[in-house]
Formats: sequence, structure tokens, C-alpha cells
Amino acid sequence: MSLTGAHADDAAIVVEGAQKRYGQKRALDGLDLVVRRGTVHGVLGPNGAGKTTIVRILATLLRHDAGRVEVAGYDVRSRPAEVRRRIGLLGQHAAVDEELGGRQNLEMFGRLYHLGARRAGERADELLARFGLADTGSKAVGKYSGGMRRRLDLAASLITDPQVLFLDEPTTGLDPRGRAEVWGAVRSLVGGGTTVLLTTQYLEEADQLADRITVVDRGRAVAEGTPDDLKRTVGGDRIDVVLRDARHLDAAAALVGPDAETDAYRRRISAPVADRMAALARTVRALEAAGIEAEDIALRRPTLDEVFLHLTKETEPGDFADEEVVA
Amino acid sequence: MSANAVGWAVADSWTMTRRELAHWGRQPVQVVVGLVFPVMLLLMFGFLIGGGKGVQGDYVDFLVPGMLALTMAFGLEATMLAVTQDLNKGVIDRFRSMPMTSGAVLVGRAVADMLQSAAGLVILVGVGWAVGWRWHGGPLAFLGALGLLLLLRFAMLWVGIHLAMVAGRPEMVQAVQILVWPVGFLSSVFAAPASMPDWLGRVVQWNPLSATATAVRDLFGSPAAAASSWPAEHAGLLAVVWPVVLVAVFFPLAVRRFGRLNQ
Ligand SMILES: Nc1ncnc2c1ncn2[C@@H]1O[C@H](COP(=O)(O)OP(=O)(O)OP(=O)(O)O)[C@@H](O)[C@H]1O
Ligand SMILES: [Mg+2]
Repeated sequence: MSLTGAHADDAAIVVEGAQKRYGQKRALDGLDLVVRRGTVHGVLGPNGAGKTTIVRILATLLRHDAGRVEVAGYDVRSRPAEVRRRIGLLGQHAAVDEELGGRQNLEMFGRLYHLGARRAGERADELLARFGLADTGSKAVGKYSGGMRRRLDLAASLITDPQVLFLDEPTTGLDPRGRAEVWGAVRSLVGGGTTVLLTTQYLEEADQLADRITVVDRGRAVAEGTPDDLKRTVGGDRIDVVLRDARHLDAAAALVGPDAETDAYRRRISAPVADRMAALARTVRALEAAGIEAEDIALRRPTLDEVFLHLTKETEPGDFADEEVVA
Repeated sequence: MSANAVGWAVADSWTMTRRELAHWGRQPVQVVVGLVFPVMLLLMFGFLIGGGKGVQGDYVDFLVPGMLALTMAFGLEATMLAVTQDLNKGVIDRFRSMPMTSGAVLVGRAVADMLQSAAGLVILVGVGWAVGWRWHGGPLAFLGALGLLLLLRFAMLWVGIHLAMVAGRPEMVQAVQILVWPVGFLSSVFAAPASMPDWLGRVVQWNPLSATATAVRDLFGSPAAAASSWPAEHAGLLAVVWPVVLVAVFFPLAVRRFGRLNQ
């Protein structure tokens, strides 16, 4: 399977066979990833898939052991300075000075980007206004709310209008409003031609923002395509059955179909169907005959959640009942 | 490095120094505690514990130069603590992903620590004066003594930065801190080596701290730690050679290590 179909000339990010080990642990195990210029690319994966590892390698914070890794046409290992001139980074954890104020932070970063003292100050004010932080005064960033800190972090990664922007789980831990704000900011960037690499555990986020998605599991790309492509890989329509009593889950799953997936927490069974109405009728009858009570039965299109579970299950069975991944 | 790169290195280092100074502005209590602690040590040893063994002449004249040297050496702890705390902050990732001079973060730390130590030195000299200590040399000798003290601090700075990166976590620093105390006390800061058991006196004389303390006493014209041995007679030389050697070893190690963080 070739995941690297794009031509190198219009690629902002090229990762080929990247390997990274921490001691015995293989964090990246031959990862392939190509991101075209001016697109938003989602990297989707469960906890420990290697998302942060690849972002840190791309941002020159970590060295990979083997493979080819290029950003904006420059090798991250041999030309880190060229790469750093062209990237912005929003790491998984806040990368601002918590003891200083928001403006102090942005002005400091502006100086370090060699904007000059005056321009650094102006740029800080522009960004503060743009991210709704203009009235924070000299309050230390450590006292900001999570959403404010994230926005300041994002502002800091945009000081020089980077060609390539890395966002590592940009909205994890934010409330819906904070999330919407970050999404809005990302969308407005893309209009300006920035290439964005976005990692996330939220499938909705990838669906909303990304032009293409790479699903990563255990340090490897397990699928790549547009959100629609990926939904198609799981197949057509699905039937969902929610039971009144979770104890009947396995018995009911056997009745619904051979490929049925169960979710004990939601008391739900989900299975692909070929013949919509016939399958619905068959399922209702079978459950009735078995005396299993259903709370809800419905037909629907697959979601990215299912794509994700389907793909990551192939390599690591039974490990994803975990609420965070499913949510 | 091109002239341009040198210019940016200076500018970046200055920006990082300003960052440290801004931290002071936000944490004035910490800064004051850092300055007051050596004063307390001086008063404690000068008055509560009293006269050192084997010292000819006034003990305060003997003690103050030693305390100045000890304060410089203990700056190691402050540096280590600051570096480990800093390296565990997310902001370091941002610095490292930016096209800035990578060593500037360390230079900022170095300048800020030297400024703090210089301020501490001035305060300690003032307090020493107030409790009756006097120097008997000329103004050049006085400045030379301060220079030697700051040189020792500069060496401890790079030792501290490197050890902090090796130790990694603030908890590990405590282990090193425990080791710093015996090194501080196994010196001629509080007592003359001649008053110690022969083998101990010999070790103590070779302590870099003893070299600086003895050299500074010579320059101040303070009472000497009655001993005639090679290290005591060449204290001035050792007080320069020791720090220079430490810097020559630990500065490159520290810069290299910083460049390879998280590799
Ligand atoms: N410094 C480290 N030392 C040892 N193992 C590590 C280190 N950093 C990451 N790992 C391991 O490497 C694997 C990949 O980690 P990584 O942080 O890249 O995952 P992730 O996809 O970002 O996960 P999450 O969604 O939890 O952020 C995990 O199994 C993790 O435990
Ligand atoms: Mg991560």
C-alpha cells in the first residue's frame, strides 16, 4: 500500500518510513505522511499512536532514528534552521512563559523572530486583538483560563505567518466555545495559504477542518484519504440498536449480524447492512423472537468514529472501549 | 559565525536576559530571599558560632572574605534550581522550535545569575562593613578580589547549568544540593586548614573555594589562614586557574547538552 501518492514539489511535509524508538518502545514504526501545500491535514490516532512524536520531529524538537523527514523542502535533521524559519508550533502542552503577561510573551517571541523591538510590539498588539486577548493587561499567563492560554499559544505560533503550522491536539481540554474559537482561527489561516498539520483524537474536529486525514496507529499510517474516502472504507449504511439491558448485548449482536460491533457503555450494537429496510425488519423480528428489548433501532450513514475504530481495531483488538477515543 | 549571526546572538541573549529580569519583577520576594540568605549565614557564623580555629587576628576579617567566596559557590544551587525549573516548562519547546540562537536561553540565565550574584556581593560587603570588617588593601586589590569572586561564580554557573541538565528534574537537584554543602564546608571558609587533621587540611587546601577565599583574603589584606603550603602560597594563581578550567570544561558541555535536549 502506497500512502505517499503526492508529488514532492507541491508537498509541504514529506515523511517516509520514519522510525523513532524510546528505549525499547517503538513510537514511530515506519510512518509515511505527505501533506500538500496550502491544505489542512489531520493526523488521527488513539493515545500513544505517535502523534506528538511526529509533530516534535517535524518541529525539530526531536531527532528521528531513521527515514526521510522534510518540511517546506528542507530536511529536519540537516537543515533545522531553515525549517524553524518556516514553521509555527502549537504543542500539546502550552509553550508560553506562564510567569509573564500575554503581551510580554508575544513581544519576546517577536524579538526572537528578529522583528525588531518596535515591530515586535505592534505584532503583539495585532495578535492580542485578533485572538480576543487585548484587555488582559499584565496578568500572568499562569492565571489565564485554559482557553485563553491556548489562544495565546496559537497567537505565539503565528507571529511570523508561518508556511507550515503544526497543531498538536489544539482543542483538547477546551470547552465548546474555546473549541469553536480555535477552529475559526484555523479556518481563517487556511485562506491565507498556510499548510496546517493537525493532530486530534476528535474525529469531528478532523471532519470539520481537514482536507485529508491520515489515521495513525502504533506509529504507522493505517489509512489515508479525505473524510469521505475514509467513511467509504467502512462500507455503506449501518444499523444501530440500543438495548434496554446491556447483559443481552452479545446475544443480540449475534442476531444483528456477523460484523456487529458492541459498545457496552452505550448498550449499543452497530453493524453494516446491505439491504436497508429488509435488514431493519429482520432485526426487529429476531430481537422480538429472542425476547430482547430494544430502546432504539435506527439506520444511518457511518461516522468517522467507526472508521477510526474499524481501522485501529485491526492492529490492536479490544483496546478502544475507552471513552476518550470513542467520544 | 558571520558578523550578522554574532549580532543576532547578542540580541537574542539580551532578549532572554530581559525575560529573566521580568521574572524578578514578578517574583520580588524570591529575589529578596536569595539576597538575604547569605547575609543570615554571615551573621550566624560571625556572631552565634564565633571564632574559627587556627585564625590569627580578627575572626570577622577572616570570615567575611570566606563567606563571600561561599556565597559565590552556593550560587550553584540557585542556578541548578532555576535551570531545572525552566527546562521543565513548555516555553523551552517554543524557544527550541524558533530560528533563534540556541545558546541564548543559557546566556540569559547566565547574565541574570551574574547580576543577582553581583548584587548579593555588594550587599554582603555592605553588611560585612557594618559589622566591623575592613579591607586593608588598595582600591585595585579590592576590585581584583571582587573579580575573583565573580569568576568563581561564573564557573559555578556553568557547572550548575550542566549538572541541572544532567539531573533533569528538580527533585534530582536536591541530591546535588546535599553534596554541595560538604564541598562548601571542607574549605578554608570558616577555619584554617592548619587547624585540621593533616590529611583533611591537605584536601581542603586544594578545594577551589579555598583558593578563592585565600586569594581574596590576600587581596583584602585580611588575616591569613596560617599555613605555608604550595596551594596556600599560590592561591591567587589557583583562584584563576580553577574557575577557568571549570568553565573550559562545563561551558561547552552545557551548550552541547542544551542543543541535544530530548534527543
Ligand atoms: N519521552 C518518552 N519516553 C518513553 N516513551 C515515550 C516518550 N514519549 C512518548 N513515549 C511513548 O511513545 C508512544 C507514542 O507517544 P506519543 O506521545 O507520540 O503519542 P500520542 O499519539 O501523541 O498520544 P496522546 O494522544 O496521548 O498525546 C507512546 O507509547 C508513549 O508512551
Ligand atoms: Mg500527544
